[in-house]
Amino acid sequence: MTRFSAATLLAKAIGHHKGWPAQWPDAAPKPSYDAVIVGAGGHGLGAAYYLAKKHGITNVAVIDKGWLGGGNTGRNTTIIRSNYLYDESAFLYDHAVKLWDGLSQELNYNVMYSKRGVLMLAHNVHDVQSFKRHIHSNRLNGVDNEWLTAEEAQAYCPPLSIDPNARHPVLGAALQRRGGTARHDSVAWGYARGAAALGVDIIQNCAVTGIRRGADGAVEGVETERGFIATRKIGVSAAGNSSVLMDMAGLRFPLESFPLQALVSEPVKPFFPCVVMSNTVHAYMSQSDKGELVIGAGTDAYVSYSQRGALHIVEHTLAAICEIFPVVRRMRMLRNWGGIVDVTPDRSPILGKTPVKGLYVNCGWGTGGFKATPGAADLLAWTIAKDEPHPINAPFNLDRFRSGRLIDEAAAAAVAH
Amino acid sequence: MLLIHCPYCDEPRPEIEFGYAGEAHIARPINPDDLSDAEWETYLFVRTNARGRHFERWRHVHGCGRFFNAVRDTVTDTFERTYKAGVARPGEADSWTGDTGGIV
Ligand SMILES: Cc1cc2nc3c(=O)[nH]c(=O)nc-3n(C[C@H](O)[C@H](O)[C@H](O)COP(=O)(O)OP(=O)(O)OC[C@H]3O[C@@H](n4cnc5c(N)ncnc54)[C@H](O)[C@@H]3O)c2cc1C
Ligand SMILES: [Zn+2]
Repeated sequence: MTRFSAATLLAKAIGHHKGWPAQWPDAAPKPSYDAVIVGAGGHGLGAAYYLAKKHGITNVAVIDKGWLGGGNTGRNTTIIRSNYLYDESAFLYDHAVKLWDGLSQELNYNVMYSKRGVLMLAHNVHDVQSFKRHIHSNRLNGVDNEWLTAEEAQAYCPPLSIDPNARHPVLGAALQRRGGTARHDSVAWGYARGAAALGVDIIQNCAVTGIRRGADGAVEGVETERGFIATRKIGVSAAGNSSVLMDMAGLRFPLESFPLQALVSEPVKPFFPCVVMSNTVHAYMSQSDKGELVIGAGTDAYVSYSQRGALHIVEHTLAAICEIFPVVRRMRMLRNWGGIVDVTPDRSPILGKTPVKGLYVNCGWGTGGFKATPGAADLLAWTIAKDEPHPINAPFNLDRFRSGRLIDEAAAAAVAH
Repeated sequence: MLLIHCPYCDEPRPEIEFGYAGEAHIARPINPDDLSDAEWETYLFVRTNARGRHFERWRHVHGCGRFFNAVRDTVTDTFERTYKAGVARPGEADSWTGDTGGIV
């Protein structure tokens, strides 16, 4: 692997950028591995990277049915924040935010993590009370989050309309300054490159079609489109298809998969300085470095794997965006798309062991797992390597749906980004 | 947007007239006191989440207001059929002989 530095960039620039080597090889499957990760999204690639880097397990394959980063990792609106209500969630998401901080240096790959601040708008008395409760709870957990008045919110984000006669007037906002965005593709590419350099095989266009279990019930390997691959440890990180994979091991899961859409506008000069979210009106927006407005909508109501959503969902979001930011009313939208998000009943992820020996799962991140990428990857690697959960992900077990110890972030974050 | 055939109104109507009401044919337990934690978990939280044929409930909220069931392919979003509440869960696609209100 070539280490990127000012010197290598300069040298290649002088050579007209010819002769850059492939950043990772497209591997063919070997007959067996010490561990197999299903799903080459940011979470799966990251888990392979940390397995190799922190736990010395390098005989690892990451298998994807499509191309790496082509799932929700490449489809999301990249909002990063950690101001979740409950202690368990605050620790989980803040673990990730702390890792985002040094990630570009760690991977020697620019993931463009930009701490531009995430502003969550309060439109009614309930929002105000709920956000203030979040702020107090976050501060007790050492997670930054502060209350802004409507005027302060507008000063932070000038395109914001605080017209008191608006249909959804802005009464104030919660601001997490450490929140922001990162370049989604770079996260997948950076982890892929880092993992491959440590010996991990990244196998693309190879759907996992079955999970083979032995007489004792433990996993023996995965059936794939390119043959059987033996392994004693399988980590499933397949987002919207997680329940399909669990089904292959004979497990039924508390998950439902829904389409979630996003869209981008034509590119314009920089004018939108931060991320703004409005849970009440189901809209969130930021501006990419290319100049496009990146806008996220709500989920469609029904279970689907189609990777596309309905137009009326997008219309609803754009109506809200035009109301909150009148300045964007005449902009055109360029592209929209959908991803399939795996949602749990309490809107918190399931990250840990399963009842099947050797089968580990990282799923249920639903509409909000991009922000967790480095953290989830780190914790999944830990869980696979040690065959037990790290204290941070221990509460996010599957058993909670039986014991009733749910981590209910649903009401707090209707659009859980 | 989906076009959904309401088996009561007997016509296809746009999705925005309807509300989705989750997986169909999940019976509320008649003996709640006797249920184990595992059975409660299954009833409350575990769903089929089928990739393919999915049995689901819809309600014609902005129409007749009634609940009915549907079979839809969750990969293509195509409805195989819709049928009235109370009608037994249909079997395989080709064994169906009842109300074929579904639009394809
Ligand atoms: C429109 C949209 C907006 C979003 N916005 C945000 C946001 O602003 N902030 C945020 O934090 N989160 C957001 N999310 C959620 C976030 O994208 C996901 O939680 C996160 O990216 C999940 O990462 P992952 O690596 O687990 O999944 P993915 O990137 O989806 O990777 C899973 C991989 O598994 C593969 N796979 C599936 N089945 C198989 C199989 N049988 N065999 C082999 N491979 C298989 C898939 O091809 C896929 O590449 C958004 C999601 C969407 C769709
Ligand atoms: Zn009707």
